[in-house]
Amino acid sequence: MENDLLDRRCRGRVRALKSSRTFAAGGGLVVRLLLGAALLAVWWTVYRRLDTLAEWLAYSVLPFERGSHLGAAVEFFAYESPKVLMLLVLVVFAVGIVRTFFTPARTRRILSGRSESVGNVLAALLGIVTPFCSCSAVPLFIGFVTAGVPLGVTFSFLVSAPMVNEVALVLLFGMFGWKVALLYLATGLAIAIASGWVIGKLKMERHVEEWVFEIPAGAGESEAPPAWSGRIRAGTDAVRDIVGKVWLYVLAGIAVGAGIHGYVPENFMASFMGRDAWWSVPLAVLVGVPMYSNAAGVIPVVQSLLGKGAALGTVLAFMMAVIALSLPEAIILRKVLKPRLVATFFGVVALGIILIGYLFNFLM
Amino acid sequence: MKKLQILGTGCAKCNALTEAVRRAAAEIGPDHEIEKVTDLRQIMSFGVMTTPALVVDGKVAVAGKVPTHDEIKVLIGANA
Repeated sequence: MENDLLDRRCRGRVRALKSSRTFAAGGGLVVRLLLGAALLAVWWTVYRRLDTLAEWLAYSVLPFERGSHLGAAVEFFAYESPKVLMLLVLVVFAVGIVRTFFTPARTRRILSGRSESVGNVLAALLGIVTPFCSCSAVPLFIGFVTAGVPLGVTFSFLVSAPMVNEVALVLLFGMFGWKVALLYLATGLAIAIASGWVIGKLKMERHVEEWVFEIPAGAGESEAPPAWSGRIRAGTDAVRDIVGKVWLYVLAGIAVGAGIHGYVPENFMASFMGRDAWWSVPLAVLVGVPMYSNAAGVIPVVQSLLGKGAALGTVLAFMMAVIALSLPEAIILRKVLKPRLVATFFGVVALGIILIGYLFNFLM
Repeated sequence: MKKLQILGTGCAKCNALTEAVRRAAAEIGPDHEIEKVTDLRQIMSFGVMTTPALVVDGKVAVAGKVPTHDEIKVLIGANA
């Protein structure tokens, strides 16, 4: 009886503690939301004023003349650098958080057993939001295939994940406008879906190394979904990781762009990369395929080509060829795919990229 | 004596995890066996899809990222 009473009082106190803790936690959430909103407001105010800031820096603080080549180049650099970096930080942070909702295990569950077509579209879309590091391309491939994700669908994922990433999109948006970024997104997805679908139709399952299928399907990571603080941590980790890796490339790219902006005459590139040079698209893709670069590294080249007259389709094709396919990737994939399948994979994707290049040269 | 295995095919993050695990383990005590697993078949046998991954005494403790120093210590120390 006594114990009963004690029990009840204890329980009552625990309940009171729990509810006060929840209140504190709720209060903590409110504080964090307010902080986030404040940071966003600061970001936006600075972002809007960047062009005036750049002008002030180039012409009032530094002794350049308006209309001079160097002045134009410096102003361009002073405007584009913080703009692109700020965009990068914001978007990488946001995508980092979105990615915590899409673990590879979850993606695999969604895709396993799907029919083609629907599966290809889903896989391409999921490739954008599922966290993907090129070193885990092979474990991911094996994990997908052994868990019942059709081969073609897996390939759609493998094409979209490295190519359609937020860094590429932000950089394209920041430096060339939303239309180019949207174009890249749409065509990237189209190529991922189409090439995965084609490879599925070719029924090349027997060109996967046999030992892959002998691996029992793992249960995948059974981690509990993270709390919001964990998700935000993932966002800040992503910013530190990704922006920390690419910021130098971004600045280099903008510097190149600034130099061109100020100095190189228009239409310099048009003669051999313009729309009329029909062979420029396949050539660009051929040159780009074996090259390896992350999205940020290829932007300087994209800047110089586009800025001085190269056709948009050719440049997009080159960028995609560099990012989506590379010699190191072929070597890595060779561990799990027989040569014929690696070649088919590369061939189909390259062909898709070439077609897109032609299409846009024709349309624009 | 805990057996710590780091799964990864040799990219920068895998090496970073190895280093971080070595540092954390050294702080806890000397009785840790640290092994780097680079063979794909072995990696897949743990059911891991995202490298790098840390396996403590046969159980996957974390996969796909490099945890902080303190987090690693908890992961190594928590499995009794």
